[in-house]
Amino acid sequence: MNIRKILDTVKKPFGKGEKFEKYAPAVNAFDTFLFVPNHTTKHGAHIRDAVDLKRTMITVIVALLPALLYGIYNTGFQYYSQLGSAFTTLDAIIHGSLKIVPMIAVSYIVGLAIEFAFAIFRGHEVNEGYLVTGLLIPMIMPVDIPLWMVGLSVAFAVLIGKEAFGGTGMNILNPALTARAFAFFAYPTYMSGNKVWVSEASNVDGVSGETILGMLASGESTIPYDVSQMFYGAIPGSIAETSTLMVLIGAFILIFTGVGSWRIMLGSVIGAAVTGLLFNLWGANELMNFSWFNHLIVGGFAFGVVFMATDPVSAAQTTKGKWIYGVLVGLFCILIRVFNPAYPEGVMLAILLMNVFAPTIDHYVIESNIKKRLNRKLNSNLNVA
Amino acid sequence: MSNDIQIKNGLTINLKGAPENIVKKASFPKSVSINPLNFHLITPKMVVKVGDKVKMGDVVFYSKKNPEIKFCSPVSGTINDIVRGAKRKILEILIDSDDNQNIKKHKISKTDSCSRNSIIELLLDSGCWPFIKQRPYDIIANPNDTPKSIFISAVSSAPIAADIEIILNDQKEEFKAGLNVLNKLTDGDLNVCIEKNHNSFIQEIDNISIHNVSGLHPAGNVGVQIHHIDPVNIGEKVWILGAEDVAIIGKLFLTGIYEPTRTIAVSGPPVKYPQYYKTIVGSKLSNIISDAGISSKDNLRFINGDVLTGYSVDKDSYLGFYNNTLSVLREGNHFRMFGWIPFVNNKVPSIYKTSFSWLFPNKKYDLDTNLNGEERAFVVTGEMENVFPMDIFPMQLLKECMSGNIEKMENLGIYEVAPEDFALIDYSSSSKIEAQKIIREGLDLMVLEVG
Repeated sequence: MNIRKILDTVKKPFGKGEKFEKYAPAVNAFDTFLFVPNHTTKHGAHIRDAVDLKRTMITVIVALLPALLYGIYNTGFQYYSQLGSAFTTLDAIIHGSLKIVPMIAVSYIVGLAIEFAFAIFRGHEVNEGYLVTGLLIPMIMPVDIPLWMVGLSVAFAVLIGKEAFGGTGMNILNPALTARAFAFFAYPTYMSGNKVWVSEASNVDGVSGETILGMLASGESTIPYDVSQMFYGAIPGSIAETSTLMVLIGAFILIFTGVGSWRIMLGSVIGAAVTGLLFNLWGANELMNFSWFNHLIVGGFAFGVVFMATDPVSAAQTTKGKWIYGVLVGLFCILIRVFNPAYPEGVMLAILLMNVFAPTIDHYVIESNIKKRLNRKLNSNLNVA
Repeated sequence: MSNDIQIKNGLTINLKGAPENIVKKASFPKSVSINPLNFHLITPKMVVKVGDKVKMGDVVFYSKKNPEIKFCSPVSGTINDIVRGAKRKILEILIDSDDNQNIKKHKISKTDSCSRNSIIELLLDSGCWPFIKQRPYDIIANPNDTPKSIFISAVSSAPIAADIEIILNDQKEEFKAGLNVLNKLTDGDLNVCIEKNHNSFIQEIDNISIHNVSGLHPAGNVGVQIHHIDPVNIGEKVWILGAEDVAIIGKLFLTGIYEPTRTIAVSGPPVKYPQYYKTIVGSKLSNIISDAGISSKDNLRFINGDVLTGYSVDKDSYLGFYNNTLSVLREGNHFRMFGWIPFVNNKVPSIYKTSFSWLFPNKKYDLDTNLNGEERAFVVTGEMENVFPMDIFPMQLLKECMSGNIEKMENLGIYEVAPEDFALIDYSSSSKIEAQKIIREGLDLMVLEVG
C-alpha cells in the first residue's frame, strides 16, 4: 500500500511527542478521509458495526444531492424563462453552477477553517458534522446573496451557533438555520422581499423574483404556477428548496438507510397538514385559503422538515419527543405563514423555535419515565405491606 | 407463574465459527489461575503463600471487605506464583496441579432439611458463593441480604456464544439439585428463563417459575429478563447465577465437594474446530487452543466471554471464572481505503442500510476487532434505543453516568442495568462510544456513594 506509506511519512512529524503534535487533528482529518484507521477495540464490545459518523454524514450528503442538482438547474431555468430568451438545459446548469459553486466553496472553506482551528485548539479530532452543514447553508440561501455574506453567516453559525456551546453534539440550534437566520436579520434586503428569489432579479427589470408565498402574503389570489410546477419545483425560492420531488428522493434515502428520523418527518407533515386544513376551513386571508396540500409543497417546508428538523443534535432526542417535536414544527410553520405577513415563509423560524423547545419536550418525556419508575417502587411496597 | 418475553429491540449478529454440538473432555490442566479481576470490587486477602500445598476446595484468599466470602482452589497442587501489579495489587494466583487430586470434602445433609443459614454457610465455606451475583451493580452478592427473587438465564443470544442446553446436557441432576438449594435462599420466585419453543428438560422441573424468552439479542441477558419479569426497584436486590454454576452448587450439595468444572465453547471465525470442552475454571488456555485448531501464527485476540462483553487475554493465559465461551477474533489493525463510504467493503455489516448486509440477513460474517471508525461526539440519536430493550433512556443514562449525577442516574434506572446490557450500544454506536465502560464506572460510583 504505497499511498499508506507516503501518508505515514507525512504524518511522522505530527505523531505523539513530535514537533507538530498539536496540529495532528488537522492531518488526521485528511488521513481518516482516505483510510479507515487501523484502530482496534480497546474496551467493551470487541466487534463493531461498519457505521461511523463519516458514513452517516456522507449518506445525508448523498440525500441532499438531488435537491442541489435540481436547484442548480432551476436557478438558470428561472432566470432564462423569466427573461423570455431561448435557452438550453446546459445554459441553465451553467448559469446556476456559476452562481452556486462559489457559494458552496466559500461555505466549506470558511466553516472548515474554523472547525479545524477549534479541533487543534481543543485537541480533539475534527468532527464530520460540518460536511453536511457546509452544504446545507448555501442550499437555503437566495441565489444572489453576496459571497461575503455567506462567509459571514457561516462564521457566525459555527462560532456562535456551535463552538460557543461546546462544539459538535452540544449545539442547541441547527447551525445551518442559524446561518440563515443570521443573514435574514442582518441583511433583510438580501434575504426577503420580491427581488431576491430569482437570479439577477434585482438587476434585470424583466425578472420578478417573487415566491408563491410572497405573492399570497401580499394579497394576490391568482398564482401563476400550477400544482405540478410547485411539486416538481419549477418555481422561485431559495436555491435547493423548491423541488418537493427531489426532497422526497432525499427523504427516501434518509429513511431507507435509517439515518434520518421518519418520526420527525411524518410528525411535521401531519402537523402542517392538520393546521393547514383547519385554516382552510377558516379562510380569512389568501394564505388561509391556500390549500393545505399546496402548503406542503411550496416554500421551504419539505426541505426544512426533511433535512433541518431531523438534525439529531438540535431535534428532540427521545422517540416520543420526536413525534411531539415534529408535529409542532409543522404546526408552527403554517401558523407563522398564515399570521405573519412579514415572514411569508415560516419553516425556518418554526424549526429554530422548536430547537429551543426540544430539550424541554425531552425533559417531560423523561420525567414521565422517571415517575413510572417511582410509582413501580411505591406499588411494590404496597404489595409487600 | 409464567410469562413470555419477546425482545424486538435488539440485534442478532451472525458470525462465523459458531460452536458445534460436540463436547470433548480436555486434558486435566497442569496449571490453573485464579484471577481476582474476575471478581469486580473484591480486594483479595491472601491465605496462602507461594510454595504452599492446597487441596481442591482449599481457601486461597478471601474478600477483605467481607471476610466470609472465600475463594477456593479449583485443583489440588502447589501455589506457583502470586502475580502482583502496581501498588502490589494482586493480579493473578497461579497454581500448579498435582497428578493425583486431593479433594477437600464438606459435610452435607439433605437440602430439604437444611436451614437457610446453614446453606449460606456451606456456600461460603466451599467457595461457591462467588457464583452468586447481584443486581444492582453486577457484583458478587452480599450474604447478609435477602434477595426478592433469583434469576437464571438458560438462553444464549449473544453472537457465537455457548448453548446452555448443551452445557447442562450431562449435569441435569446437579442442575436440579442446585435449583433446590437456591429455592431456600429467597422468599420470592426462583426464575429460570428458557428459549421459547425449545424442548428443554428445565420445563419439567417443579418449584421454579419458567419464562419463555424469544427474539433478538440481548434476549438472553439476565438483566433484560429481570427488567421484564420482576424489575429491580431502588433498595431491592435480585440474585443471579450462571446455569452451569447452579450445577456446580448442586454437585456440592450432592457430593460435598467443590469441583468447579467448566464447559467451554471455543468459537470464532479463526477457529477450525469450534466446539465444547469440559475443563476446570481457570485452566490454562493453551491445551484447548491447539486442540481446536487455532493457528498460533495469526494475529488473534482471545476473549474470555462472548465477543460483545468478554475481556481479552493473552493466548498463554487462563480461562476466567464465569465465562462459558472462549471467543477468538482476528485483530483488525489494518487500514481500509475509503472504507467509510456507504456500500464499500460489505464484509462488515451495518445496522444502517449503508452496507449490503441487509440483503443477506442470514449471511455469517468474519468480523475482526477493527473499530471501523474513530470516536466522535454523541450525534446520532435513536440508534441506542433500537438495540436496548428496556424501558430506560440509554443515552440519557449514559450522559448522567459521565457527569456522575447520582440522583439522576438513580431516577433513570441505573439499578436495573449492567454493562453487558449496553454491549450492543458499544457495537452499533456511530460515534464509537464505549458505553459498557461508562456504565461500569457509573455503577462503581453508585457502590461507593450509595452502597
